[in-house]
Amino acid sequence: MSDQAIVEKLKAKFSAAVLDVAEYRGETTVTVEKESIVEIGTFLRDDCGYNLLSDLCGVDYLGKSPRFMVVYNLYNITTKQRLRVKVPVEEQDAKVDTVSGVWGTANWHERECWDLMGISFNDHPDLRRILMPADWQGHPLRKDYPLQGPDREPYQGRLS
Amino acid sequence: MGVEQSKTLGGGFITTSLDKLVNWSRSRSLWPMTFGLACCAIEMMAAGASRFDLDRMGILFRASPRQADVIIIAGTVTKKMLPVIKTVYEQMPEPRYVIAMGACASSGGVFDTYSVVQGIDEHLPVDVYIPGCPPRPEGLLYGLMKLQEKIMKERNSFGAAIGIGEVVNEA
Repeated sequence: MSDQAIVEKLKAKFSAAVLDVAEYRGETTVTVEKESIVEIGTFLRDDCGYNLLSDLCGVDYLGKSPRFMVVYNLYNITTKQRLRVKVPVEEQDAKVDTVSGVWGTANWHERECWDLMGISFNDHPDLRRILMPADWQGHPLRKDYPLQGPDREPYQGRLS
Repeated sequence: MGVEQSKTLGGGFITTSLDKLVNWSRSRSLWPMTFGLACCAIEMMAAGASRFDLDRMGILFRASPRQADVIIIAGTVTKKMLPVIKTVYEQMPEPRYVIAMGACASSGGVFDTYSVVQGIDEHLPVDVYIPGCPPRPEGLLYGLMKLQEKIMKERNSFGAAIGIGEVVNEA
């Protein structure tokens, strides 16, 4: 089944939830509503064969609205096909339903996304920090987080 | 080192001060803690292996901080790793020495970021800084020799060991 066929199949089932479909250099990206990501994930896993979540990450488009995107990179081990699913997330309501029940891999990836990007995941079984120290304040991969940390003067360039 | 052939006691005796004897034995059996953090640790391992051979100088890597005299901070110290390093340092018996190996351990190096400690001297008393990114094994060897020289200059090291006064570092 080609990427187009899978996208058509997805559109037929979730016509209201699919916001955008883009193809660039042979890679297909589907943007969907965040409310239906668990249903869509389950559908893609069970009916389209995307049995591996190879990566889940957050992106910060600072200055744009919605500010964040959560990106799910899916892989079909049988047919060796890839699909990218994106979910727009507002800054005021930076919460997405967890897909750790769909792909077990999502557990730690979502912890990383919350740790560094501050996007929270509803019903996550174990939402703790994974990379930063447990008592860390803030989410350092956000674009408005100061590079040298909040308690230091920012780098002003070379003095000489 | 101040070892003298005694004139009054005859040819079979030598005299020296206890400080010098203690300093000599300490500086000639510097046992570093096996603790690598980043690419500097690769150079540290190379310095310990057969080509540069730290063993010939009495420098034997120990797997336990209880048996170590010196900790070589070999690499980038992240804020998450810092409590571990502090624990290991506190577990070492006194006298204990710290070598900051490379740019990262000395100053944070190129990692001028929120997650990296900007020099281990913010938290531990460093005796020798070794520049380089990473320093070659010769650099580490030179740093260890500088530490040996520093230990040889200590005064009252015997007195401090038996509980009389503190070690005085000559300026």
